[in-house]
Amino acid sequence: MSHPGLPARQGLYDPRHEHDACGVGFVAHIRGQKSHAIVEQGLQILRNLSHRGATGADPLAGDGAGILIQLPDAFLRREFLRNGVSLPVAGSYGIGMLFLPRQSEQRRTCEEVIAQTAAAEGMAVLGWRDVPTNNLRLGRGVRDVEPAIRQVAIACGEIPAGESLERKLFVLRKRIEHAIRSCAALGGAEGFYIPSLSSRTLVYKGMLLADQVAEYYPDLADPALVTALALVHQRFSTNTFPTWDLAHPFRMIAHNGEINTLRGNVNWMAARRATMSSRFLGDDLDKLWPLIVEGQSDSACFDNALELLVAGGYSLAHAMMLLIPEAWAGNPLMDEKRRAFYEYHAALMEPWDGPAAVAFTDGRQIGATLDRNGLRPARYLITDEDIVVMASETGVLDIPESRITKKWRLQPGKMLLIDLEAGRIIDDTELKDRLAALRPYRTWLDKTQLVLEKLASVPVAEHEAGALLDRQQAFGYTQEDIKFILAPMAIGGQEPVGSMGNDTPLAVLSNRPKLLYCYFKQLFAQVTNPPIDPIREELVMSLVSFIGPRPNLLGLDQAEPHRRLEVTQPVLTGEDMAKIRRIRECTDGCFDAITLSMCYAADQGAAGMEAALDALCAGAEEAVRNGHNVLILSDRDVGALLLPIPALLATSAVHHHLIREGLRTKVGLVIETGSAREVHHFALLAGYGAEAVHPYLAFETIAGMAEVLPADLKPAEACKRYVKAVDKGLLKVMSKMGISTYQSYCGAQIFEAVGLNTTFVNRYFTGTASKVEGVGLGEVAQEAVRWHQLAYGDAPIYRSALDTGGEYAYRIRGEAHMWTPQSISQLQHATRTNSYATYKEYAKLINDQSQRLMTLRGLFEIKKSARPVPLEEVEPAREIVKRFATGAMSLGSISTEAHTTLAIAMNRIGAKSNTGEGGEDARRYPEAREGESLRSRIPSVVRDIGLQPGDSLRSRIKQVAAGRFGVTTEYLVSADQIQIKMAQGAKPGEGGQLPGHKVSEYIAQLRFSVPGVGLISPPPHHDIYSIEDLAQLIHDLKNVNPRASISVKLVSEVGVGTVAAGVSKAHADHVTISGHDGGTGASPLSSVMFAGSPWELGLAETQQTLVLNQLRGRIAVQVDGQMKTGRDVVIGALLGADEFGFATAPLVVEGCIMMRKCHLNTCPVGVATQDPVLRKRFTGQPEHVINYFFFVAEEVREYMAQMGFRTFDEMIGRNDMLDVRAGITHWKAKGLDFSRILHQPATAAGAAIHHRESQNHGLDRALDHELIRQAMPALESRKPVTIDLPVRNINRTIGAMLSGEVARRFGHAGLPDDTIVIRAHGTAGQSFGAWLTHGVTLELRGDANDYVGKGLSGGRIVISPPADSRIVAEDNIIAGNTVLYGAIDGECYIRGVAGERFAVRNSGAIAVVEGAGDHGCEYMTGGTVLVLGVAGRNFAAGMSGGIAFVLDEAGDFTKRCNLSMVELAPVPEEDRTIGENEAQGGELETHGVVNINHLEHSDATILRRLIQNHLRYTGSTRARMILDNFDVYLPKFVKVMPVEYRRALAEMAAAQARAQQPESLVKHG
Amino acid sequence: MGKPTGFLEFGRQDPAELPVTERIRFYKEFALPLEEREMARQGARCMDCGIPFCQSGCPVNNIIPDWNDLVYRGRWKEALAVLHSTNNFPEFTGRVCPAPCEEACTLNINSDPVTIKNIEHAIIDKGWEEGWVQPQPAARGTGRRVAIVGSGPAGLACAQQLARAGHAVTVFEKSDRPGGLLRYGIPDFKLEKLHVERRIEQMAAEGVDFRLNQHVGVNVPAKTLLVEYDAVVLAGGSEHPRDLLVPGRQLKGVHFAMEFLPQQNRRIAGDRIPEDVAITATGKHVVVIGGGDTGSDCVGTSIRQGARSVTQIELLPRPPERPDRLVTWPDWPLKLRTSTSQQEGMTRDWGVATKEFAGRDGCVRSLRAVRVEWRKDGRGAPTMHEVPGSEFEMKAELVLLALGYLHPVHEGMLSELAVGLDGRGNIAATDSEGGYRTSVAKVFAAGDTRRGQSLVVWAIREGRQAARAVDEFLMGSSDLPR
Repeated sequence: MSHPGLPARQGLYDPRHEHDACGVGFVAHIRGQKSHAIVEQGLQILRNLSHRGATGADPLAGDGAGILIQLPDAFLRREFLRNGVSLPVAGSYGIGMLFLPRQSEQRRTCEEVIAQTAAAEGMAVLGWRDVPTNNLRLGRGVRDVEPAIRQVAIACGEIPAGESLERKLFVLRKRIEHAIRSCAALGGAEGFYIPSLSSRTLVYKGMLLADQVAEYYPDLADPALVTALALVHQRFSTNTFPTWDLAHPFRMIAHNGEINTLRGNVNWMAARRATMSSRFLGDDLDKLWPLIVEGQSDSACFDNALELLVAGGYSLAHAMMLLIPEAWAGNPLMDEKRRAFYEYHAALMEPWDGPAAVAFTDGRQIGATLDRNGLRPARYLITDEDIVVMASETGVLDIPESRITKKWRLQPGKMLLIDLEAGRIIDDTELKDRLAALRPYRTWLDKTQLVLEKLASVPVAEHEAGALLDRQQAFGYTQEDIKFILAPMAIGGQEPVGSMGNDTPLAVLSNRPKLLYCYFKQLFAQVTNPPIDPIREELVMSLVSFIGPRPNLLGLDQAEPHRRLEVTQPVLTGEDMAKIRRIRECTDGCFDAITLSMCYAADQGAAGMEAALDALCAGAEEAVRNGHNVLILSDRDVGALLLPIPALLATSAVHHHLIREGLRTKVGLVIETGSAREVHHFALLAGYGAEAVHPYLAFETIAGMAEVLPADLKPAEACKRYVKAVDKGLLKVMSKMGISTYQSYCGAQIFEAVGLNTTFVNRYFTGTASKVEGVGLGEVAQEAVRWHQLAYGDAPIYRSALDTGGEYAYRIRGEAHMWTPQSISQLQHATRTNSYATYKEYAKLINDQSQRLMTLRGLFEIKKSARPVPLEEVEPAREIVKRFATGAMSLGSISTEAHTTLAIAMNRIGAKSNTGEGGEDARRYPEAREGESLRSRIPSVVRDIGLQPGDSLRSRIKQVAAGRFGVTTEYLVSADQIQIKMAQGAKPGEGGQLPGHKVSEYIAQLRFSVPGVGLISPPPHHDIYSIEDLAQLIHDLKNVNPRASISVKLVSEVGVGTVAAGVSKAHADHVTISGHDGGTGASPLSSVMFAGSPWELGLAETQQTLVLNQLRGRIAVQVDGQMKTGRDVVIGALLGADEFGFATAPLVVEGCIMMRKCHLNTCPVGVATQDPVLRKRFTGQPEHVINYFFFVAEEVREYMAQMGFRTFDEMIGRNDMLDVRAGITHWKAKGLDFSRILHQPATAAGAAIHHRESQNHGLDRALDHELIRQAMPALESRKPVTIDLPVRNINRTIGAMLSGEVARRFGHAGLPDDTIVIRAHGTAGQSFGAWLTHGVTLELRGDANDYVGKGLSGGRIVISPPADSRIVAEDNIIAGNTVLYGAIDGECYIRGVAGERFAVRNSGAIAVVEGAGDHGCEYMTGGTVLVLGVAGRNFAAGMSGGIAFVLDEAGDFTKRCNLSMVELAPVPEEDRTIGENEAQGGELETHGVVNINHLEHSDATILRRLIQNHLRYTGSTRARMILDNFDVYLPKFVKVMPVEYRRALAEMAAAQARAQQPESLVKHG
Repeated sequence: MGKPTGFLEFGRQDPAELPVTERIRFYKEFALPLEEREMARQGARCMDCGIPFCQSGCPVNNIIPDWNDLVYRGRWKEALAVLHSTNNFPEFTGRVCPAPCEEACTLNINSDPVTIKNIEHAIIDKGWEEGWVQPQPAARGTGRRVAIVGSGPAGLACAQQLARAGHAVTVFEKSDRPGGLLRYGIPDFKLEKLHVERRIEQMAAEGVDFRLNQHVGVNVPAKTLLVEYDAVVLAGGSEHPRDLLVPGRQLKGVHFAMEFLPQQNRRIAGDRIPEDVAITATGKHVVVIGGGDTGSDCVGTSIRQGARSVTQIELLPRPPERPDRLVTWPDWPLKLRTSTSQQEGMTRDWGVATKEFAGRDGCVRSLRAVRVEWRKDGRGAPTMHEVPGSEFEMKAELVLLALGYLHPVHEGMLSELAVGLDGRGNIAATDSEGGYRTSVAKVFAAGDTRRGQSLVVWAIREGRQAARAVDEFLMGSSDLPR
């Protein structure tokens, strides 16, 4: 409950943003046989999961590890007896494991509190025992905060053993915790923590490395310490602070993952207090509050919730299903009863949403479950000795293959439960069927569930309303709202798209009144959890919302269940709203709605808003107490005399007021507002508690937009499309945080405030982060007043027209922009004429924000030193420019000419350019020779650029994005830096789509795809769902190219600092912090404007957190986002950046004039287009770009001279040289407070504050060194070699470093097939065969973990069970999740079943597998996949190319396939003669890669060949059987063919035919 | 959003003009409007730029992309509203503006700019034709009185804005008809006076009181304005011409352009010019000195009057035909421009300095000149050097001096009010927010009289901005757009 190791909140660092992730595992004896061996095995699992944890600055300081076992009665009895305490009968006493303050006085106080509290609960402390510890090998920081560890034995008096005792011990523990926390003598609970207090379980944990647990707790080595189960956990946290209590396991769980909706879950839990009662807990229930204490980790909160449910009478499994439900809404395969179960429970509690593998136990049962999307790995096996081993990886225990009877994995949403008392495994189906049948959920639902849309319609009352224009103005509508927001939504049913970032001021800096919505920025997932793809993985998403009172969470056997009102999505139409208004009549009085006005008398002005809010909250409370259970907050009565409170403010104020009163779950909150129009508005209303929203004015506006809408689009249809667009947008906003249900999103407050003061936020938006203060209620009210005056005043330009807006396109009367006609033309003129004087004029326009505030940094003053240095003594510009890089702009987003110009320029000055995502033309790699030009290298360029000898066209930074397009081994080895793009400033948490018409032949070639076929980039990296996954990818990339530094690109948001610390611990060499305002080729406007925060915040937080963690020295920090001048660079450096990224400015130098039409491919200056006609207009020159960077560096030097810095390094992190500009009088900005940005954490002397060390990547332990040594003959003289070796799960990324060597020497073409053959046996660690190149074959006898064949670039991977295996290969799992992610070329044969997301984003590899999990072939663009068994759900989602064949014996594949982009067809019988001829033909003999050409070969032929190969490589009995009965099996195969791919192939065939025709004419003619 | 690919599909289409042989026979406008469909296509060429450089290029900041789009979509009436929201008199600028907006048009970087000026012209003509342009009297009066001196474009714009804000506005005009240069400076073939007249009518209906033949500082004491009005706006233009003081300047037949041009406008308006003061080009060798717009107006008028020959000379060197747009765009580039008048049969010469006028009987007969070269001096400033031995003589029976204007006339009103002047002799007042105030309390200044000689469109801007400043001064705050 307290974290003595965590620093206090300071500066921008806030401990509540800490994240963790981990390795989790358990071992159990099914029949409950206790032994010490189980403890040993548990500890062994921990040791073998070491690589999933991390160490901080101190290699001896781990992030925490621990083990939970059954209470070892005999051991404890003996030990306590030594202290003179004799324990009562087993099961009738409780043992508490305690972390106590080391100071004896405080410790004694704690112990007294425990004794007193136990007595108060009718129990007694029997005695104490010091737990022996050995801290010799602990790191110093860890030892400093090491607690005194003691065990207490509690006698239980009259309380019967079993459930009742456990419940009582839980109550006791909560009471002790509360008592200690409020104990004045202790001054808080520093150093006190109860790892466990139970009659069944005992937890040993601490701030330990995995291999320190056993050593630290000698108890664990005692043979008398026996258990039948051991639950272990190894933590990877984003900090290096020693926090003993944050280690897992908790009392009931060990968790790998992250709860994204935590804020909402915790709030809702608190909100339930008044409606909760329990037959089991009775009056004890009240003693539990606060149930969830602020400031805990997500896992700890979850553990609290689970404990409550179990104490409240739920079975362990039932409670888990309530907390982490499967995706039930859109699942056609789910059993009806089970769906009813979930649907019923949905109203009880919102899901605790996020990626999760949770292992749980109460000491009698042990189990594990996975989140609905299967985003964490969990593998298990069963032996013939009744041992079950479950862990994040396979291979964690050395169990002879011959003993294993089953190998499987946890599937998305599924549960595994071992009942040690019953002595058996209960599988998911049995378990859930039983629970679903326990009560008549369907009948209850039918009786109680009301779906609003299905209620009989009621007449819509006509509203007296003033002129539309006035009301639009009162809510701040602009012309742009109509043109850029509403029109595209109403016409296309899509969120509007824009480009080129955001260069307008923050709301708090703007001179114009801004909607309150604009002060909030959306948070998003990066690194510590993945965003979701709401389109391709729609099946996990749900917009269902419940309006109205929530049932008693603990009333699990209430005879008369509550009525529930459901809406299928939260945007209500006028008709829906009418029903809500008259819900009493519609539902026979079950529901009773009341409308409260959000307006107040306009003559009260801004000053009247506070009282109006108070009155509204009081009115709401009164209404609830009077029995109204639906509250409608409405601003419909807005008019000349009535002024609306911003709907968001009213909503959140009422929501929080009701939470505080414990009344919130008694009522539903519906918002009827004229202000909501764009997605961000709805997201905010939802995030702060609205269960549904009726945007009446948006509907009226659309209805009045006839002139803008197509003639055939009726207003009703337009409104329908608008709702659809909002829905889609909401799904996107939710999914960028990894949240899949509206219900969990509702109230989850996934936002940070930028520019609102703490008083205001704490009062009305409780729990929201706000780091730089800003305006309060007064200013917010003033803005509302301004809008109101505009509406009902008499300004001529507003008499007949809306305000121009000017946010999305520059308008002189509109919002201010940084890029103006003046700044653009001056920058262009300066760089084209090499005029530093003109550059300075440009820089003045950008830097001088004395009149017009634009950015936070604009408000800073750079101090002058009393001892300036002469300019000529300052580090020269040619050195400074080396710190510069251009942004990640892909060749798809900008033209070849623009892209290469940047590369040439950056290489000439020793700086770096970035490929962006989408690969790079290998012809750009060699250096230029005399006489070469761009066109001589790449003939397709339309605007030639002269080259100088030694010029390089290569981008030194190679980006690896979620799409993995063109990420070949050769691409990676050609990098100086490899950048993992976790997020992009303009659209963090989102994927992208390159529509087919933009995929030119050249782009297709670079991306290894087919011209004309669209390419989808998934929102998450499918190999990074957590921080330890990122560490793995860094490790993979470092293996492929040990010479490159690895960079991770993050986007600024609150908490990015802790993520960056995690990234540093994951061994990244470099981290980029991008501002929210960065450019983009195409991105939803709401993301451009409202996601992420300014880099000043993110960078400062990053610097402070890294320094605080002593992690700063080993990582380079780059900052980017609207970098324009030397002053920007200087401020970046002072806030802690080593390096700087520029994107828009160099594009402007190349000719970009901020057309903001990149997404339309009509760039009139040839920069952001692929159209050759437009590219001809490109005028950029490398010299211009070079001029620009030298100007910037010159400007930097001038500042350095003033500050007295001779070297750039001296300047980094010196935020003491920054001051806030004096005399800021701006009515909004004057409330800003930058003290947190300018905070400097206290550090040990000599602690690094800039980059000066390097990471230890641990590459020396790589198996590949041995492989390379043995493969030397092949590498040096192409001589075939064969290598045999054993492998273990800790051998990760096998083959990657070797492949890097091959690619470095032989390029993408690599070596002839089978030149290097590696025969491995055992369990391979993650990323087996990553980026395996042409010529390398990896054969594995055993099994493999996640990410097999990641980025496969031509090599061959074969995995089959060892000879002594007893399992049936095709019924067991042999490879983990995400096999062949981003594979480019090569083959993979897997004898057995693979996990989820098989062949995700495959571009060209061929794969055969005997069964695959959910989301198989997702986003695939090429290649061939054959599944000789069951394929999971959502197969082929987003698959635009390649072909898959699935053996569908059960005939239900259609239900599991996502048919939005593909067609299914039977495989036609092959032409026998061809088939057989080819079958016997060359390829089998030559052992070559199967040459598949989707144009030339018949499907049956391809199929037969693949199966033949599979048989030959793996010896598959299944392959043998199918081949033997090919005619019988052939009709059971389904061919999965992407529609677009079919069309493109047909076009290619036609083109080929056309190309051949003239020839044949000649021949015959 | 216009048509995203319009600029690739359609070429620039300028309106046709009557052939020279026809148009020089009368003094009417001679542009032939494009069909509405073609106009829409021209509107579609607009790319609706993320940054509309045209809007910044335009002194009144016309919201050009918006009305281009509306014209493309056939929503002319809304287009007119948007146009009027920044520009009181688009019919003037649509005809006589040199269109800096088109220089700034993004298409002008590497293609032909959108025909912005012509679209503006079409919108307002259609507006008048359809009867959309109606008086907009203020709903209620403020009771404040404002005097505006001068009824040129600055005075008119200022008056209209202030009247619409509810002030009682009186315009003092020294001439017998209102309009200033619009009326007597710009020839009818460029701007028919009907356009001026119907605006005046509209403004009168909006409550503006025009007092003609009232020359403040001459026949109306300036001080009375200060007494009778709550604010005074000086918008009398920059009427003090630059002279060419060379031998022979006093000869008959050597005139300032503004002695010559108004006469023709009066004739067309039906006035009779007495023989003894009439200046005509008929049958004469005419030399126009000065290469600007006024010079061109002299050229066109002379040709229409039947000059035997027309020659226009300019001191500065011949500018390049194609400037390097990469370093000039979006600014107004120095380039060779040919006015419609210059297309009507005349000779142009550059780098010519007039040395003297020679005459007979007190009448000018010829002009002696020398060629000059411009070279940069030590500090980079271009300086003029006569080319030795390049002296020459040309016939000149009428010489028109169109050398620009130095500053407002100081005598009379300005000296009576003792208004502070800037270094160039213009009325000192800033153009920033809350500006346009002179050194004299409640006296404001707008237009050429403040900023020096300039374009009609600048005058309109000044009038609007000054109106806002006056409104703020009178009322404490203003809803008038800047």
